[in-house]
Amino acid sequence: MERTTLDLWVGIFVVAGIGALVALAFKVGNLGTYNVRDTYQVQAYFNNIGGLKPQASIRSAGVLVGRVTSITLDSERYQAKVLMNIDSRYQFPTDTFANILTAGLLGEQYIGLAPGGEEKMLAGGDTIKKTQSAMVLEDMVGKFLYDKAAQESE
Amino acid sequence: MAIVKALRGIGSRVINAVWRIGYAARFFFKVLFYSGMSFRRFRLTVREIFFSGVMSLIIILVAGTFVGMVLGLQGFETLKRYGSESALGSLVALSLVRELGPVLTAILFASRAGSAMTAEIGLMKTTEQLSAMEMMAVNPVARVVAPRFWAGVVSMPLLAALFSALGVFGGYVVGVIMIGVDSGQFWSQMQSAVDFKGDILNGVLKSFVFGVAVTVVALFEGFDAPPTAEGVSGATTRTVVESSLLILMLDFILTAFMFRGD
Repeated sequence: MERTTLDLWVGIFVVAGIGALVALAFKVGNLGTYNVRDTYQVQAYFNNIGGLKPQASIRSAGVLVGRVTSITLDSERYQAKVLMNIDSRYQFPTDTFANILTAGLLGEQYIGLAPGGEEKMLAGGDTIKKTQSAMVLEDMVGKFLYDKAAQESE
Repeated sequence: MAIVKALRGIGSRVINAVWRIGYAARFFFKVLFYSGMSFRRFRLTVREIFFSGVMSLIIILVAGTFVGMVLGLQGFETLKRYGSESALGSLVALSLVRELGPVLTAILFASRAGSAMTAEIGLMKTTEQLSAMEMMAVNPVARVVAPRFWAGVVSMPLLAALFSALGVFGGYVVGVIMIGVDSGQFWSQMQSAVDFKGDILNGVLKSFVFGVAVTVVALFEGFDAPPTAEGVSGATTRTVVESSLLILMLDFILTAFMFRGD
């Protein structure tokens, strides 16, 4: 078996192709931003999650601290049950407030965590009790129009 | 009588088409069955990777860059109306990785490498080289067809990845360097929108499926070509037409499975 220039070209081609895949994975995709660190899972119930989706970010003071893993409807409480994985480097008090917020006017929705003052910290499997639902634009517009009409009739 | 004749014509065409599909399926399994030699004598496959993969590099790289540049330009024009130019990165990357990369690569691959495969095997059949091989107890499917099949299957995902990567680069050149979208926003929006498993791996899977489809069509058409000059030219044309249509139809089916609006 002698080596030929043909082998060299095929080698270059294969290396370039795999290189392009790796570049896509890390530079274009989110593989570089995946947390390989340990996480712990907490849950929260919301009356209305609006447009929140799995894999949405969880932020505290604007810093990414975790991701939403699943969203289901709890058929006993008729509330949305949101499971989230939080980076175990970050600890939050048990009375932390979870809000569904929107990045920009039409941006994607994420969960904002506002820590409370409790001494005890949340552990895996705990439930965040204080939650605030997503602001639904239609409701807000409806409320605004209703208020306006009420003012004018006075 | 004219109606009977017309019906008879349609019927014979349909039966002929079904016959060919069945033959093609049998051919596909035969190729898989006799694939042993393409790995035992890997040199054969490497040679074919050179002819179908490496020789297609130039067209794929140039096409990818320009498609990315056009996406950057058109995407910017549209997104500007909604004041969301920062989403340009995710628009370019998602459309390339999910659809344009695999589909356009496969169509270019069918016209560049698939047609060459058909012509080569058709001519081998016409000049009775395949029969000569059989006479020497060399299985032409194992010796000629299977290495080309595996070369196509290996080359397609790599070419599609290169196409998408160069396309993203083209979009970056137009969007960030020429128009002046913020570079940080361009990449961060892209990274938050493109999921490795959901988008990139599905794109690779698509290009793999297209690679199988294109090479099977090309090899079958060559193998089944009538052994005349006219027959080979007709087979080459059919390869490009059939594999392009097959790619677009398979793309719809795969997309329906992979990206069901979640």
